[in-house]
This record gives sequence, structure tokens and C-alpha cells, in this order.
Amino acid sequence: MDSVEDYVARTEETCGEEKAFIIIFKYDKKEQAITKILKKAKIEKSISNIIFELNFKGVSFRLYSTGKAIFRNLKNKNELNSVLNELLS
Amino acid sequence: MFDPYKIREDFPILKRKINGHPLIYFDNAATSQKPKQVIDAIRDFYENYNANVHRAVHTLSQEASELYEKAHEEIANFINAKGMKEIIFVRGTTEAINLVAYAWGLHNLKRDDEVIVTLMEHHSNIVPWEILSKIRGFKIKYAGIKNDGTLNYESLESLISNKTRMVCVSHVSNVSGAVNDVKRIAKIAHEHDALTLVDGAQSVPHLPTNVKDLDVDFLAFSGHKMLGPTGIGVLYGKSEILEEMAPFQGGGEMIKEVSYNEKTKSCDITWNALPWKFEAGTPNVCGGIGLMEAVRYLRKIGMENVKAHECQLTAYAMQRMQECKKVRVYGPKDAASKCGIIPFNVEELSSHDVALFLDSYGIMIRSGFHCAQPLHQVFKLQSSARVSFYIYNTREEIDSFIEVLKEI
Repeated sequence: MDSVEDYVARTEETCGEEKAFIIIFKYDKKEQAITKILKKAKIEKSISNIIFELNFKGVSFRLYSTGKAIFRNLKNKNELNSVLNELLS
Repeated sequence: MFDPYKIREDFPILKRKINGHPLIYFDNAATSQKPKQVIDAIRDFYENYNANVHRAVHTLSQEASELYEKAHEEIANFINAKGMKEIIFVRGTTEAINLVAYAWGLHNLKRDDEVIVTLMEHHSNIVPWEILSKIRGFKIKYAGIKNDGTLNYESLESLISNKTRMVCVSHVSNVSGAVNDVKRIAKIAHEHDALTLVDGAQSVPHLPTNVKDLDVDFLAFSGHKMLGPTGIGVLYGKSEILEEMAPFQGGGEMIKEVSYNEKTKSCDITWNALPWKFEAGTPNVCGGIGLMEAVRYLRKIGMENVKAHECQLTAYAMQRMQECKKVRVYGPKDAASKCGIIPFNVEELSSHDVALFLDSYGIMIRSGFHCAQPLHQVFKLQSSARVSFYIYNTREEIDSFIEVLKEI
């Protein structure tokens, strides 16, 4: 079974009150990651097919066609990993 | 004649495509791209001259030392300092400010003294003073900012008193691009026997700089923001002040003599001459040589031309950004009073979303706090997106940026 590490190259944590996690998928795995995520999460909005506003089990996030995603309002990295695990497994 | 299209030919990275689009690099306030002349100078040093400096009598060491000293001289010339003894090579602006804080502040600041800092400072001109104030017990007073992001001179001037020992101010804000009248600030500080430390990270790469005319006591700037390599920066200091200061770090290079004293059972140490007294250990020789080449490149173009080009680009971008209904621009509205930097936000999107959206079109911009959280508190912003220009940017790139902004 695939793990989060198979798909994620780096995780950036933004600073300030508006804390967010920016996920950068591995270059050679990004298409697979995007396909998996789009199959599992509900698309709420799409902007020019570049940004997808998604919802997965109550967690709202944005996915970019360039292989990046931004998650907000998550408690910590554990919660992020748990969501990513479900999305990418 | 200034020709950005000709200049672009010197920057190999600008030929890159990102996400299928030609690279548009609008993150110059974070770091600049490097021309092939600088890249070649670095390669040439390692291929032909590499040796430690001021250490050996052999030919390579002599040649490397001459180049390294020449780099100090050319940077002194570039900012019109008295000579190389006023030019200390450091890692960057942050280290330059820390050098002043520790080598000057630790020995000269005490309880009841005051240091003035503005609310528009980069964290690197706030945090060292906050750390030191906890050690030495002096007070830090923060000068206010107006709603348009410009410095409130009345606020600053009202804070300066006979207790003031140092006024720390950026020449150009790294968030709003506002240019501060540091000459005026230095004059008032000197009237109260206080010193001035200017963060020149966003000014020296973009504006003609004349330290004699500005009459500032210290000026800190980074090489990597002005076409040079990372890991090299400059602290300019008036030689009479540097002479009186204690060293920052101890080690090789910064000493003239270390002799064991049998009577005291300790070492007697005499410091080396300026600027080496402040350059402990093996320095970043290659970085200094790369920075010299960057300065030569900028001088060839002419700093007045650099300033004029960026001012035109800023005015054009600000005018065109008005076409984007969801975009809100912050900072001074008059392009002539700022320096190549435009902070903005897009309705209903965070700055990171904007940056990621632009990235998908090959447009590189910065998002977040830009290491200036207090200024964002003044603006009542969670964060901001920022475009910043340099010599190789063009109006056509701004047109592409606007077209993408309109799509959001």
C-alpha cells in the first residue's frame, strides 16, 4: 500500500495566525496524487482547472494542478498526515 | 542606453520554463538572479585562484588575498565609503545587524538607555535588539507607521531624546517599498548624540548609495539581493566607530598577536586592523569576489538607470493592477516614493493561494509576512502577496502577470 511519503516531497508550514500547511508532491508522482485526491474528495469549486477547492470528510483544502495543496484549520501535523493518508492510500 | 532585453541575455535562469510557462521572476526582494558574469567569476576563482587569504606566502594565497582585498575596495567605492577599512564582509544583512548589536550594543548599552526601532523593520532589525535588551536592560521604543505604510516621522522624532543611543531604520521597507529619509533621521539622531544603523538590504541593490552624504553610522546589506552570491553581505561602519568597538567573534584573522603571559597565566591579545578585526576565521573569499563582480555589473548599468527602470515598472504595475477588481494594493500610492515593491491581496484568497496560482503560470512571487509581522499588524493583515522588480524585468512580464491576476 502506498504511503504519504511516496507522494509528498515537502511540507511547508506558514507562519502567523493564518497557519496553513503547503504540501508539495513529488514531481514524478504528482499526477497520480492529484488523480487519487480528486477521486476521493468532493470538488466544491474549480478555478480555470488550476485550483480545486475540495472537501474531504469536513476538511476543506485547495489542490493545484502544479502538484501542490494547501490545508488550513488543521490542529497539527498529525491531523494533516492522517488526512493525507486517507486521501493517498 | 538601459535595455532590459539585452540585460536578460546575461541571466541564464531567465531562459527557464516553469510549469510550461516562461519564468517570470517577481521575487527580487527575497533574492535576485545572477548574471553569467558573476557565475563565471565564481567559477574562475575556484578554477584558478582558490587559496586561503592572509595566511600564506605562496603565490596562490597572495593572488586570492589581493582579489579579496580588491573586493572590499570596490564595494567601498560603490557606496562612497572612505575605504576598505569601513567595509566588513559578513554573511548578510542579518549578521551585519547582529554584529553591531553584539560588538557595539553589548558594550555600550545599559539600563536607562533607549534604542529606537520602527514598526516597518524586517525581523532582522528587531529581534537582535530585543534579545540584547533582555541582557542589558535598555528600553526599545517603536516608531509608528502611517496608514499608507510610510514612516511617521513625527512619531519617530518625538521618541528621540538624550536617552537614545541608537536609531535603527530600514532605508526601504521590504514589504511596502516605502523609501525612508535616512539622511533626515541620521541628522536628528546625531543632534542627540545617538548613532544610526540603516538596514540597506532593499536600498543598496536598487538606489544610488552615498554613505558620506547620508551620514549614517552603520549600513547593512546583502550580496544575494544585488546579483551576488548568497552567504556574503556587508556591514559599512564609520571607521572611527569601528576602531572603538570590541570584536564580534574571536579566532584567526581578527587578531594581530596572541601571546601567553606567564605572570597572568592568560593570553594577551591585540586586534588586527580594520576591517579584518571583524572578520574572524577563514572568510567567504569566493563570495566576496562574486559580490565584486555583481557591483561591477551594476556600476556598468548605472544605479540611476536601475532606479529609473524599477520606478517605471512599479508605476506601470500599480496602474494596471487597478484593472483587477478583486485586487487591493497596500503601501504608498505614488511610485516615485517607493522602490520596486508592491504588496497586495486578492479578495477571498490567502496570499499563499495567490502565489500558488501565479506559480502555475510560471510567475514567482512571495506570500506571507515577508519577515515583517509587526508591519502586517499595522496594516491589519493576516499576510500579503508581494511582487518586486529588478533590472531584468519588463513591462511585458507585468502584462502577463495582470492577465493571470484577472483570471483569479
